[in-house]
Amino acid sequence: MFDRRLLQCFDWGLLMFTLSIGAMGLVALYSAVSAGAVEPDLLLFRKQLIWYGVGLVVMAFCFLFDYKQFERFANAIYLASIGSLTAVLLFGKYVGGSRRWLSVGPFSLQPSEMAKIAVIIVLARYFAKLINPDGLTLRDLIIPAFLTALPFALIARQPDLGTAMVIGLIAGVMTLFAKIERRALSWLIATFTLLVPLVWFFLRGYQKQRILTFLNPDRDPLGAGYHIIQSKIAIGSGMLTGKGFLKGTQNALSFLPEQHTDFIFSVLAEEWGLMGSLSVVILFLIIIAWGLSIAGRCRDPFGTILSVGVTAMIAWQVLINIGMVMGLMPVVGVTLPFVSYGGSSIITMMIGIGLLMNVSMRRFKFE
Amino acid sequence: MTNYLDNVDSDWFSKRLSVGLTVVIAAFVVLIARLLFLQVVKGGELRRLSEINSIRLRSVDAPRGLIYDAHNRIIADNRPSYNLSITVKDANPLERTIEKLSRYAGIDEAQLWESLEKAKGTPVFKPVLLKPDIGRDALAAIEVNRWDLPGIQVNVSPRRDYIFSPSLSHLVGYMGEISVEELKNKIYSDCKSGDFIGKYGIERAREDWLRGKRGGQQVEVNATGQVVRVLNTVDATPGHNIVLSIDQSLQLTAEQLLADKAGAAVAVDPSTGQVLAMASSPEFDQNAFISGMSHDTWNALISDPQHPLENKAIQAEYPPASTYKIIVAAAGLEEGVIDEDTSYFCPGFLRFGNRTYRCWKKWGHGEVNVLKALSESCDVFFYKVGLELGVDRLAWYANAFGLGEPTGVDLDHEADGLIPTAQWKKKRTGVSWQKGETLSVAIGQGFNLVTPLQMAMVVAAIGNGGIRYRPMIVKTIRTADGRTIYESAPEVLGRLPISQSNLWLVREGLFKAVNDRHGTAWRSRLEGMAMSGKTGTAQVAGRRENATGGDSDWGTIKDHAWFVAYAPREDPRIAVSVMIEHGEHGSSAAAPVAAEMIRFYLSGGQPKGDLPVAVAGATVNQGD
Repeated sequence: MFDRRLLQCFDWGLLMFTLSIGAMGLVALYSAVSAGAVEPDLLLFRKQLIWYGVGLVVMAFCFLFDYKQFERFANAIYLASIGSLTAVLLFGKYVGGSRRWLSVGPFSLQPSEMAKIAVIIVLARYFAKLINPDGLTLRDLIIPAFLTALPFALIARQPDLGTAMVIGLIAGVMTLFAKIERRALSWLIATFTLLVPLVWFFLRGYQKQRILTFLNPDRDPLGAGYHIIQSKIAIGSGMLTGKGFLKGTQNALSFLPEQHTDFIFSVLAEEWGLMGSLSVVILFLIIIAWGLSIAGRCRDPFGTILSVGVTAMIAWQVLINIGMVMGLMPVVGVTLPFVSYGGSSIITMMIGIGLLMNVSMRRFKFE
Repeated sequence: MTNYLDNVDSDWFSKRLSVGLTVVIAAFVVLIARLLFLQVVKGGELRRLSEINSIRLRSVDAPRGLIYDAHNRIIADNRPSYNLSITVKDANPLERTIEKLSRYAGIDEAQLWESLEKAKGTPVFKPVLLKPDIGRDALAAIEVNRWDLPGIQVNVSPRRDYIFSPSLSHLVGYMGEISVEELKNKIYSDCKSGDFIGKYGIERAREDWLRGKRGGQQVEVNATGQVVRVLNTVDATPGHNIVLSIDQSLQLTAEQLLADKAGAAVAVDPSTGQVLAMASSPEFDQNAFISGMSHDTWNALISDPQHPLENKAIQAEYPPASTYKIIVAAAGLEEGVIDEDTSYFCPGFLRFGNRTYRCWKKWGHGEVNVLKALSESCDVFFYKVGLELGVDRLAWYANAFGLGEPTGVDLDHEADGLIPTAQWKKKRTGVSWQKGETLSVAIGQGFNLVTPLQMAMVVAAIGNGGIRYRPMIVKTIRTADGRTIYESAPEVLGRLPISQSNLWLVREGLFKAVNDRHGTAWRSRLEGMAMSGKTGTAQVAGRRENATGGDSDWGTIKDHAWFVAYAPREDPRIAVSVMIEHGEHGSSAAAPVAAEMIRFYLSGGQPKGDLPVAVAGATVNQGD
C-alpha cells in the first residue's frame, strides 16, 4: 500500500509553509492568551499545541493511503458527517445560544468543521464522473445541490451561519470549476436574482434586521460595529514593525473580542506590524497557489477537483476572516486556518493539507 | 475512466486553474492594499487612538412593562434605582478611589472590594457594578465629589415596585436575578448575568411581553472616565404594558376577608371567563424579592406550614366535598337516573354492604327530591344517585365540566386536580374499584381533587347557562406608547353536556341553598341580591398525622370549608369560589367570604351596610 518511492515525491514545500504559518499562529496565540494578565493563562496555548500534534498525526494518516480510497469511501464519510451534524443538534453542548460542540471525553469537537471535508470529498467524487468540456446541465446539478444543502441546513440550524456559508462557497467554487453549461448557468443566475427579493418578502421583521446587521455591522454599534472599530485600531496601530511581542495594548486591554479565535489576526498585526501581517498573508497566498498547482499537475479528475475544493476552503476562510477583522466584510464566525485557536479548525485544516500532499505525492502513479 | 480523457485533458484543467489563480491573486491584492492602508496610511492615527483608547460601551436598561388592573390602576410600577459602578481602567489609583468612595458614600470598603473581586476577569475598560440601588443620600454625596472619584459612575436603571404588595403577590408574582441555568435557556438569550427576570406569576408567564430590549451607547471618555462625547446610541425599547382583568378593589376585599386564614378566593366574570380576583392566603412581600431577601426571610417563607409561596387558587388541590354535588345532580338528571320528581327517603344514613354511610344531618332529611338535595346538601340522596351512575359515568361528567385538567389560565404551574375512574384506581393501586368508594366520590370525598379556580369555572358555567370559558387574567397588552397589540377575547372551551331544563333544576337548587330557610347557606343570603351557591365541607383525615407535629394548632384536623356561588341568579355578573383551609364548615367559614365579595362587587364597591337602592332593585325582581 505504501511505496517507498513515494517518499521521494513527498511535498516538503507544502509542509514547510504550513508549519511556518502554524508557528506564527502559535506566537500570536501566546500573546492573545497572555492578554492583560500577569500570569498568562497557558492552558489554551498548551491545548493548541496538543491539537497541532494530533493534527500532524491525522495529516500523516491522510496521505498514507492512496487518495482514491477517499473516493471509494466518499459516501460513507459523507453519511458519517451528516450523522454527527444531526447528533450535535440533538445532544450538542449549548454555548452562547448555539449548539456547535459534541463532547468527546475531555475535548469538544465541532462536527461542522469536519463537514467541510466531507462535502469536498463527496462533491469531488460526483463531479469527477460527470465532468466534460460542455459543462454540467441543470439536471446534473440537482444531486450536488442536495448534497450541499443538507449539511448547510443542519449547520445553519445550530446556528452557525459562518461555517454554513463557507460550505456553500466551497461547493460553489467546485461547481464553477467543473463548469456549468452556458444555458444552465444563465438559468441559475436568473432564478437567484428573482428568488432573493421573494425570500426577503417572506422574512419576518427581526430576521430582516438580523440580515441587515449581518451585511452592515455599523447598524449594530454596540456589538459587531464596536468590535470592528477596535480591531481596526489594533491592526493599524501595529504600523510597520509592530508594538513588539506581548506589547499589544488593544489585545492586553481585552478590547478585541474572541481574540484567540476569530480576531487573532488583529493580535498578530498589532504586535508584529505590517512586517508580520504581510508575511502571513503572503504565506497564505503561496499555500493557495501551491494547492492550485497540485490540482493542475494531477492526472486524475477526482484528485484535481479534490485539490481545488481543499484550496477553496483555505482561500475562502483566509479572505473572509482577514477581510472581516479589517472591516471589509461582515462579522461572521469564520476561523483563520492554522492560526485561530480551536482543535476542530486545526484538525480540519491539517486533513486538508494531508489530502493535498496525498494528491501531490501520487501524481505520477498511474493505475 | 477512459472517455473523459478524450474530452477533458490537462490543458482544459490548466486553463480553468489559471483563471482561479488570477481571481485569488486579485482578492489578495485587495487584502494587502487594505493592510497597507490601515498600517501605513492610517497607522499613525490609529496608533494614537490605541494609546488613549477611550471608547467605552455602556448599556442602557429597558424599562419593564407596567401592570395595571382592569380599571387602569397601576399594580406593578418601575422606580429609579441608582447603581454604583466603577471602570477599573479609569479609576487610578484604584485603592485610593475605593477608599474615598467608601468614605463619601458611607458604604463598607470590604463590600466594595468584594464586588470587585466577584467581577474578576471583566475587561478593565468595562464598568463593574459595585452596589445596586444605593440610596439618594449616597447618590448626592457621590455626585458632589465626582471630581475626586475617577472612574466612578452612578447610572439610573428602572427597578420594579409593587404598589399594593403583598396584595396580588401570587398572581402578579415577583422578579429575581437570572440564574445560571436560566441564562443558558434560549428564551433568555438577550439577558446577561445580573439581570432581573420574572420568576413567578404574570411576571414570569408574560416575561416575553414585559421585558423590553436593552439599549446602549458608544461613548468617548476622558482620562477620569467622564463622558466627553456620545458616538452612537441605540435606544432601549421599553417592555409592553399589561392590563389585567383583575378588579383591584375586589381583590383587596377578598384578601382582607382571607387575612389570618389559609385558603383561596377566586372571582370570575361568568360571561367572559375573565378573572376578577384571585386571592391566596397567606401572602408574601413581593418587594422583598426585588431588594434582595435575607436568608432568614427566605427560609421562613419556604418552611411556613401554610405555604405562603403557593398560589392556592391554582396550585393547591382539595377534595371538592359537597360542591361536587352540583355535577352529580346534573349527571343524574341528564342520564335519566333521576328526574325532577324522583325522591328518596333520608333517615340520616345509608346502609351499603356491611357499612353505614352517614348523612351530615344525623336525624335525616326525610323525603328529598333533587332541589331539596342540593339546597340542603343531603348526602344520602347523592349516595343513591352516585350508585346508580357508577364512578365512570360520573367521571365523564366531571371531565366535561372541566375538572381533572388545568383550566388553561395564563399562569404557570397550574395543578391538574384528579377525577378518579375505576381504571385509574386499578392502574394506580392495583386494587379494583370498590362500590363503596363510589359513595365517597358522589359526595366529593375520596380520591377527588380540585383547585379553587376549577370550581369557580364550574359555577360560572352553571350560572351563564352552560358555556365553559377559559379563565383569562390578561385583558389587554399595550406598547409603551399606548398602542394595543393584544385584546383578549372570551374563549369558549365547550358546553356543559346538560339540557336547559335540567340545568334550570340545578340552578334552582343552588338558589334555594342560599335563599330557602332550610338551605345550607341561608345565613349568608344577601338582601336584595339573588345569590345562588353551594357549600362544601371537606374532610381532611389525611392531615391528622400532622397533629402531633407541634405548635401548628390551626386546625390540623379541622375540615376545609368550601363555598361556590354566582349572582345575580339570571345572567350572573360574578361567580366566586372560596376555600378556607381548616375553616370547618362551608356555611360558616367560606360562605360569608364569598357573599361579601359578591355584595361588594355587585354594589359597585360600596362598603357594607350602605346598599344603593338602584342596584338592589335591579337584581331583586327575579328573586323569590
